[in-house]
Amino acid sequence: MPQQRVAITGMGIISALGADLAANWSSLSQGKAGISTIQLVDASKLRFQNGAEVREYDPAQHFKSNQIDFLDRFAQFALIAARQALADSGLKITAELAGKMAVVTGSCVGGQTSQDAGFVNLYQKNSPRVHPLLIPRTMANAGASHISMEFGIYGPVYTISTACSSANHAIGNAFWMVRSGQVEAAITGGSEAPFSMGLLKAWEAMRVVSPETCRPFSKDRKGLILGEGAGMLVLEPMEKALARGATIYGEIVGFGMSSDAGHITAPTLRGPAMAMQAALLDAGIAPEQVGYINAHGTGTQANDQTETRAIREAFGKSADRLAVSSTKSMHGHTLGAAGALEAVATVMAMREKIIPPTANFTTPDPDCDLDVVPNQARPAEFEYSLSNSFAFGGLNAVLAFRRA
Amino acid sequence: MPDNITEKVLDLIADTKRIPREQVSPTSTFEELGLDSLDAINLVFEVESTFNISVPDSVANSMTSVPQVVEELRKILATQSTSQQTPPE
Repeated sequence: MPQQRVAITGMGIISALGADLAANWSSLSQGKAGISTIQLVDASKLRFQNGAEVREYDPAQHFKSNQIDFLDRFAQFALIAARQALADSGLKITAELAGKMAVVTGSCVGGQTSQDAGFVNLYQKNSPRVHPLLIPRTMANAGASHISMEFGIYGPVYTISTACSSANHAIGNAFWMVRSGQVEAAITGGSEAPFSMGLLKAWEAMRVVSPETCRPFSKDRKGLILGEGAGMLVLEPMEKALARGATIYGEIVGFGMSSDAGHITAPTLRGPAMAMQAALLDAGIAPEQVGYINAHGTGTQANDQTETRAIREAFGKSADRLAVSSTKSMHGHTLGAAGALEAVATVMAMREKIIPPTANFTTPDPDCDLDVVPNQARPAEFEYSLSNSFAFGGLNAVLAFRRA
Repeated sequence: MPDNITEKVLDLIADTKRIPREQVSPTSTFEELGLDSLDAINLVFEVESTFNISVPDSVANSMTSVPQVVEELRKILATQSTSQQTPPE
């Protein structure tokens, strides 16, 4: 079967920037961050106080009470984003399509807020038992499974957990399945809900979370800001999407992966550069054709410096013609959902011809000497863009997009 | 002659990095000892637990040698003992 072009026909998103695509794009395109004092846990017990939480969120507005029992917050977000994306796409899941459709999601920590609460009962409150739904709530594939069940999708359904690259690995896998004709449509993205005391304490111990805000590529950057939410895309073969008159947000044209094979937490130059080069090769495009990179850009000293060097390595002279921004400065680092939120931001940037900025930027860093679009969104037209995800564990995943 | 605090820090480095105690000197840098950034964070965790103190991120992330660890540890312990002298209400 010849390779299909892969169209993005629907997008759904819930994050600290809002509960739908319009709200998220409004903030992203204005450089408005959704970072403020953590409310989901008692932040006074932490060395850092700020996070990018989904606010004014009431599960009862989205789910029946008996359904909520089965859904950890991360799986709720996954379903909400998938519902939005599917409705947005207008795709009808017929009996014939249902078995030829995939769901591929990413999540780093799964339903660990449920696990944390269950273990508090066990260890702190001396309860002799935990809730029988703890296992199905906690499993990292819960989001994918609930999407599959809600829409009756019975083709390939699975979850990829590669820390902060989870969503990019998931979207890349779904993209390849649609491109090769293995499936006729896919819902793909990532979801995460990391705000539990246990996990926040673990992040605190890593000493990579900013005590103030997230300032990627800025000389005074002090670390990442954790975020939560989900992003989902509907992928279809371009020909079929056009034939049914679907809105085409953009195309996924390439996917590249690599492993640092180096250190469990410290990034290398080679791994990220290789993943970007692999994405360009897979897309069949040259570095000079790319106008924008949505950076991994966590705001840690190590990532931003290494990513800058890796972009220079992969793009050579073209690196100075690129706009590079980190939208984590606004929606936070949503771990296994990061690539999904950033895919939405990247596709919207191409479609709306506006590059979302790197917010909270104060001072240029000679070690991060790319055009990082500081603070102000910028009108720009470009045909191709990349979205980078580099995970702890040295696992790198890069997506290449083309405007519609 | 190294004092007790220095000796304890040297013990902790040898234990966490699993290297012979005699290879760790009071003047060693982390680089000489083969400690990377994650090893350094592990060491600070052990120091915090052993001395029952809390080391701020900015201090922990700036440590690159044994003398620095000892110096910062002394500073924190001194602050702590001053605050302990405050009579309870």
